[in-house]
Amino acid sequence: MVENIGMKPSRRGFLRTALAGGGALAVGSTAARAEGDPVILEPRPWNQFLGEGVDARPYGFPSEHEAHVRRQDVPWLTADPISSVNFTPLHELDGIITPNGLCFERHHGGIAEVDPAEHRLMINGLVDRQIVLTMQDLMRFPRENHVYFLECAANTGMEWAGSQLNGCQFTHGMIHNVMYTGIPLRLILAEAGVKPSGSWILVEGADASGMTRSIPMEKALDDCLVAFKMNGEALRPEQGYPVRLVVPGWEGNMWIKWLRRIEVGDQPWHHREETSKYTDLLADGRARRFTWEMDAKSVITNPSPQAPITHGPGPTVLTGVAWSGRGTIPRVDVTLDGGINWHDARMSGPSFNKSMHRFYFEFNWDGQPMLLQSRAHDSTGYVQPTKNQLREIRGENSIYHNNGIQTWAVDKDGRAENVEIS
Amino acid sequence: MSKFLKIFLPALSATGATLTLAYVVADQFVVDLPAPLRGAMIQPAQAQDSVEPAIAQAETEPALTAPTGGFGLGRLATVEEVAAWDIDIRPDGQGLPDGSGDVWTGEEVFVENCAMCHGDFGEAVGRWPALAGGLNTLERDDPVKTVGSYWPYLSTVYDYINRAMPFGHAQSLEPDEIYAITAYILYVNDLVEDDFELSRDNFLTVEMPNSQNFYLDDRAETELPLFRQSPCMSGCKESVEITMHASVLDVTPDTDEPAAETSESTVQEVTAELEVAEQEIAEPEAITEVTSVDPGLVTAGEGVFRQCSACHKVGPGAANGVGPHLNGVVGRAAGAVEGFRYSGAISDAAEAGLVWNTEELSAFLADPRGYMNGTRMAFRGVRSDDDIAALIAYLSTLAE
Repeated sequence: MVENIGMKPSRRGFLRTALAGGGALAVGSTAARAEGDPVILEPRPWNQFLGEGVDARPYGFPSEHEAHVRRQDVPWLTADPISSVNFTPLHELDGIITPNGLCFERHHGGIAEVDPAEHRLMINGLVDRQIVLTMQDLMRFPRENHVYFLECAANTGMEWAGSQLNGCQFTHGMIHNVMYTGIPLRLILAEAGVKPSGSWILVEGADASGMTRSIPMEKALDDCLVAFKMNGEALRPEQGYPVRLVVPGWEGNMWIKWLRRIEVGDQPWHHREETSKYTDLLADGRARRFTWEMDAKSVITNPSPQAPITHGPGPTVLTGVAWSGRGTIPRVDVTLDGGINWHDARMSGPSFNKSMHRFYFEFNWDGQPMLLQSRAHDSTGYVQPTKNQLREIRGENSIYHNNGIQTWAVDKDGRAENVEIS
Repeated sequence: MSKFLKIFLPALSATGATLTLAYVVADQFVVDLPAPLRGAMIQPAQAQDSVEPAIAQAETEPALTAPTGGFGLGRLATVEEVAAWDIDIRPDGQGLPDGSGDVWTGEEVFVENCAMCHGDFGEAVGRWPALAGGLNTLERDDPVKTVGSYWPYLSTVYDYINRAMPFGHAQSLEPDEIYAITAYILYVNDLVEDDFELSRDNFLTVEMPNSQNFYLDDRAETELPLFRQSPCMSGCKESVEITMHASVLDVTPDTDEPAAETSESTVQEVTAELEVAEQEIAEPEAITEVTSVDPGLVTAGEGVFRQCSACHKVGPGAANGVGPHLNGVVGRAAGAVEGFRYSGAISDAAEAGLVWNTEELSAFLADPRGYMNGTRMAFRGVRSDDDIAALIAYLSTLAE
């Protein structure tokens, strides 16, 4: 076991290596012995010729060499791409923050292109004053900054009956982790004056699906935010521009985008997204409702099926992410042998409440097949269960809230596959 | 900065200074309000009785609270404004408008507006949601969750149709139509007879079969105690077997890169990807057949087409979906795609000799139902003439 700094391999590099019929190391060292590395010996175009000026990219974008890093959907999952979902490429990311352009998308009526000048937030129902706020009004409330993960309750939902999808982007990519700038919801509710009988709110989006969810008042007054910035810039249209609800630690469906109305009531509304959907059907035919909190969960992002080991045996960096809707992640265990022996992973980066955490485990790979797993512990003492532990309680039909331990089988060539083990 | 300080300095109390210091030390990642303003507004955080010592952020950032009576921001909503947006329906019937509709009317409205996705009897087309059937399947391996078999409240049906349906033309139905559709959905689920009429007055008398089978999240009792035990760290099992491979099903979407990268490959694993690459190459050929079309307009039209793509497929091998495929549609006789079941209105127009030239298509796309009364196309129309021109330019590049 040694400490080392690893270069993250790309899929492209892996294919080239496969084409050459040999290891990258062998090809590289042969060339080096003959005449040295041409990228050192011969100038590259960017060494010689001028690049674009400061006026070329007023709102910048990634290097063209990162074109393979992209959100992707799974066409067979849904009837059409408008009411559908795509997935964050977790295997291409590091640290804890998800770049805004890579945050997975889920919408039910397409991306609403809202003109902020025409956007209004209405507070009605059991309040002293039914009010309307413009974006300008919202900018005059005190605001806070918090980093929170947003995970769709259906993340990993395709894996209930067994391994289906080869890639952590597809098995775990319905999550992103972003710093929000927003107004505590309780300040906005106080502006309208909640009547004593007000015990629930209904939040509603301005999109073509008119998305609604019921949220208990206790949560609304606790840590919910009405957010207008993500990672410092305006919300992206696909994330609810100009304003969305943030419901820390709770399932992503409740984080209403394009938020236009908050109604205060004295009972839940039981709308489609909390009856037909986002209820957890158990094996006995009964269903849990209001399963809002996201259980602690982790996944190894590298190596993984989309990010194989391409460098051969030797120093290897294993990394992944972990999160909990109930607090922080002080500890993650990893195993290389399918759970016979476990090791403490190294946590790195800020540890925020209800935020994604980053872990690493550096080791010398002996080139033999491995069965990789990670297991998160959250600050309440909850330990991420196995998939079979969950199935014993819930069966295989609940779709939502699958936080079971993920296994990647790595073969001697470094390729990884999504498997389940005994 | 100095000007800022001069203005606010008198407000900077000792309390504010202490809070600021504690705050900055405790959480360097969070940008906050200007310190003097914070001193004036922040009240001490409430005592936490949490058992979660590792949570740093929640305890260190004092909770913002509103001043008594609020900030005085915003304005009062008018009665009409609240009425326009407050359309939600609850299980106790709150929010239901006046109106009624019977099963037979519902069938007509349903076939007209809903059947293209949900099927004539709610059995579903393709992967669109089934609305009927599935009774007594919830305990089986493949449960069928429909309005009849799963939904606990009828109010949810009314609310959802009213706010979100038809898909692509939300909030276009009248209360009587929604009552009628709801009655029809009850009928195709065998929950009412064919002479049933649903209204606000009898709405609460309808009991949904599965209403008693939901219960509150009980993970705190059934799961958390089990999952809070200290786990084994070494020698935890004797051996490990792989019990399932994702590659057996192989339903992972193609994740590879552009054709140029893979086409030089001889590796067997990328064969499937190459097939995709060939398709990608085939498309531009079709486009080059029509040379008189402005490429910029075509690109713009491809963007506009996204709002059509849920129902209409295009390109090599495009099949009929909710709507007919649109390859070669520009200049083609109306109602001519084989295997697609057109509405009576389109069939009649086809018999009368309608051809989808630019003029006819433009008129149809601008206002589908105004142009073709009786079409099943549940689409509001394309508002901008520029978008229509772009869309037709794009469609004209699609070979038969």
